[in-house]
Amino acid sequence: MNKWQDNRAWFLVMPLLLIVALSAIIPLIMVVNTSVQDIFGPGNRVFVGTEWFEEVLSDRRLHDALRRQLTFSGLVLLIEIPLGVAIALAMPKRGWGVSVSLVVLALPLVIPWNVIGTIWIIFTRPDIGLLGVLVNGLGIQFDHTAAALDAWVSVMLMEVWHWTPLVALLAYAGLRAIPDAYYQAARIDGASAWAVFRHIQLPKMRGVLMIAVLLRFMDSFLIYAEPFVLTGGGPGNSTTFLSTYLVKLAVGQSAPGPAAAFSLIYFLIVLPICLVFYQALQNVGTGDKR
Amino acid sequence: MALIELKEVAHAYVARPGGPEDYALKRLDMVWQDGAAYALLGPSGCGKTTTLNIISGLIRPSEGRVLIDHRDVTALAPRDRNVAQVFQFPVIYDTMTVFDNLAFPLRNRKVDRNEIRSRVHEVAEMLELTADLKRRASGLTADVKQKISLGRGLVRKDVAAILFDEPLTVIDPHLKWLLRRKLKQIHQQFSTTLIYVTHDQNEALTFADQVVIMDEGEVLQTGSPRELFENPRHIFVGYFIGSPGMNLMPCRIDGNAAIVEGAPIALGEGIAERGRAAGGELVLGIRPEFLRLKPSAEQGNVPVSVLLAENLGDFKIVTVSLGKLTLKVKVPEDQEVPGEWAYLNFPPEWTKVYADGRLVE
Amino acid sequence: MSLKLENVTTTVGGETHIDNISLELSPGTLHVLIGPTLAGKTSLMRLMAGLDKPSTGRVLVDGEDVTGVSVRLRSVAMVYQQFINYPSFTVYDNIASSLRLTRLSNHEIDLKVREVAITMRIDPLLDRRPAELSGGQQQRTAIARALVKDARLLLLDEPLANLDYKLREELRVELQELFKRRETIVVYATTEPSEALMLGGAAVVLDEGRKLQSGPTLEVFQNPASVAVANIFSDPPMNMIDGEIVDGEARLGEDIRLPLDGHLGQLSPGPYRFGVRAGHLSVVSSPGHEFRFGATVDFAEVSGSETFIHIRHGGAAWVVQEQGVHSFDLGQPIDVFLDAARLFVFADSGRLVAAPAPAGGGTPR
Repeated sequence: MNKWQDNRAWFLVMPLLLIVALSAIIPLIMVVNTSVQDIFGPGNRVFVGTEWFEEVLSDRRLHDALRRQLTFSGLVLLIEIPLGVAIALAMPKRGWGVSVSLVVLALPLVIPWNVIGTIWIIFTRPDIGLLGVLVNGLGIQFDHTAAALDAWVSVMLMEVWHWTPLVALLAYAGLRAIPDAYYQAARIDGASAWAVFRHIQLPKMRGVLMIAVLLRFMDSFLIYAEPFVLTGGGPGNSTTFLSTYLVKLAVGQSAPGPAAAFSLIYFLIVLPICLVFYQALQNVGTGDKR
Repeated sequence: MALIELKEVAHAYVARPGGPEDYALKRLDMVWQDGAAYALLGPSGCGKTTTLNIISGLIRPSEGRVLIDHRDVTALAPRDRNVAQVFQFPVIYDTMTVFDNLAFPLRNRKVDRNEIRSRVHEVAEMLELTADLKRRASGLTADVKQKISLGRGLVRKDVAAILFDEPLTVIDPHLKWLLRRKLKQIHQQFSTTLIYVTHDQNEALTFADQVVIMDEGEVLQTGSPRELFENPRHIFVGYFIGSPGMNLMPCRIDGNAAIVEGAPIALGEGIAERGRAAGGELVLGIRPEFLRLKPSAEQGNVPVSVLLAENLGDFKIVTVSLGKLTLKVKVPEDQEVPGEWAYLNFPPEWTKVYADGRLVE
Repeated sequence: MSLKLENVTTTVGGETHIDNISLELSPGTLHVLIGPTLAGKTSLMRLMAGLDKPSTGRVLVDGEDVTGVSVRLRSVAMVYQQFINYPSFTVYDNIASSLRLTRLSNHEIDLKVREVAITMRIDPLLDRRPAELSGGQQQRTAIARALVKDARLLLLDEPLANLDYKLREELRVELQELFKRRETIVVYATTEPSEALMLGGAAVVLDEGRKLQSGPTLEVFQNPASVAVANIFSDPPMNMIDGEIVDGEARLGEDIRLPLDGHLGQLSPGPYRFGVRAGHLSVVSSPGHEFRFGATVDFAEVSGSETFIHIRHGGAAWVVQEQGVHSFDLGQPIDVFLDAARLFVFADSGRLVAAPAPAGGGTPR
């Protein structure tokens, strides 16, 4: 159909463009600026070209952080997605149980992230924490401030506790959207519970699970507050992830140049994932509708 | 191949039904003959889907028993009943090919592989799905998906009946025709019992040998499409079947005639007698097709004033008024319609009397 | 008010939706747009309403060019095939919504809403929301919303298509009554010949964006100017068979031979296409229907109070319409009877050359 020739709509978009410019584009330009200079003090800076990038890319600590980051994000997906689906499947379908379980699930999601870290510091402390005392009481040495493995276990537990509910809620929404007729048809076709899961529930949840995977991957890839509060990246560097390392670089070591170069590299890693995420969101609901 | 019996079946969706208004399905006794095509017809909420789900086992009735071939299956799950069901919205397994979809009910029942292959090919041939067998089912159109749903029922050799719950709702109008024809063909070829739920009169009358008309949880009449049209045993059937529906006029009985708006109308042998005996609220009913419109007064005709004559091409619908009542008369396209006054002839064989809604026979 | 379309054409992305249509609509008349899906009925209505602007051509209201004038500045009401109401408003507010923008006082609005609600028989439902209504009640609300505006142009785009046939029957009768009492230009789009005939008025036959024929509805039905019109304005489409006139008789298909009586008399020898409506074929012999030919039943459908028997004769697929409800087996052989006085004859080009004399004459209105 014909569109009227009318450009007034641009005025309505202007404020948003301004905000985006101020909040994203200008800071980004400043980061680019910083990444190619050596800054000694106010008004005292030297153009260094790609030097910081070369330094950052060959930094062994960065490589280690990236490796840990990928391991962490991989584990997050491996644990949270199946667990979330399992919880969604086990949730009640009707009655008062629905709202109760929804509220319980949503609780971890509404707690501020640094508070979560604090909660888990206390929870895992070997002297007074419920978990720490319990595990040590069983005769297992457990102290996340001393052993790298214990620190990892603590961070993973916290992450799983914090974010699996989101996966479960998404999966539950996906399950609820399946028309009853599918279950009835499956009963008549004589399908087993596994076959119902494999051929009805899983395919129908594909869209929301796609979103869950991407959300959890992005979030865990950028994770900072909770593990930093819980372990501070230690012991040693054993739980130092990319953003933890970045902050150490920028704030702890006052190295704005390498930090800026690092930020840009980080950004370039995240950008393609964002695009994949966006594409997936676009396709959700078109692919698997009846 | 089986005989399905419902014995004193009733169903309420509430846990402790109080009065009859709590029952979605009031007491029903019904025998579904082997190999017949039935339609369950009625407006939404009349209990037709409930009845269907009781037969397939998706619902366990609050009262009564379901028998398939004299075996009580009331407590059996759907998968143990040898009954297939096709739903309003096509249900297909998205991730599977058409072949796998059709094979699914057989695989679940651990049928031999060669047997599965030959059954699936046979059914696909019948439904004209052979070319699509290797395709993924999710990308297909609604009518093909619905054929697949039907195929999953047909593929089972042991199937006692195939139940349909408004299966053409989401099908394009010009394809409905083809699918209805396909169903008829399948019925002739496989002679499986088919039970078809619909609120669409045309679909029911086209599809079925026997139409069961339901309203408010009750079966009002079961009969061939022609019986329902020519001899409706309830005023609802008269109204619901046919377009326009039956003319219904409050009346009283005087001697051997019914008096409508002061005008006597002759009745068939003994009808007046039985109508008087039946009592209750009496209504005279006659279909627009069976009324005769005459230009001049004759013995036994009723004078009416002509309000409107609509030429619908193949015939005319004439609206006339008899006292306070408005009646429709269907006349051939070449019949002249008088401008103001006309005379109605009520052939006694088509003039029915209803007492409290039910036919006086 | 009068509405005139002058040579309007719309093309969207190289595709022609409306192809050079001129129309003049006068007030107090019902105009029926009849055509199959995608014939351009909706596009044409959108042009009339001012929702779209034609690519070329003009739209005139009372002689004044309003092409390109926004719909908000025109007096138009429209009813769609889908039941479109505001889901969060009650029926009352839905009806009142189109009046709230006018200068009417609340009291006047209230009077108008209640009046139209009574006409549409939804007065007991005024407090409900659309989701709590049946399809028929929702469409009644949508129609009430359109009526209450008292617009000078009322457009109805297949308003009954989504209702089941008992409801359609009722609403059709009511709409007829409503249209009669209005000084509005009413335009009603439908795919169904029976609906068009019942509404009467003037018909415009559309196909693929073109106007094929226009005129009083019954006249168009009785004299379809071409094969295309005959197909659109017959339900089921008119049965067609190729034949010729040779040696003083008409030869249809393989084995139907008819004498050249009545309206067939003046035809010169040559090839023709013969058409007959389903209602003029019969499976029982009766006076008039005396030409018999053999056929097999493909399928029989019941619609309302008629049975449509799809048959095969030679290579042709025909439909026979019988009054009442009957059943036939698939593949059953039957005899079909034809009334020669009811044949339409078309030239090879598709143009009508002879139509049967209209039966029964005019109708009192």
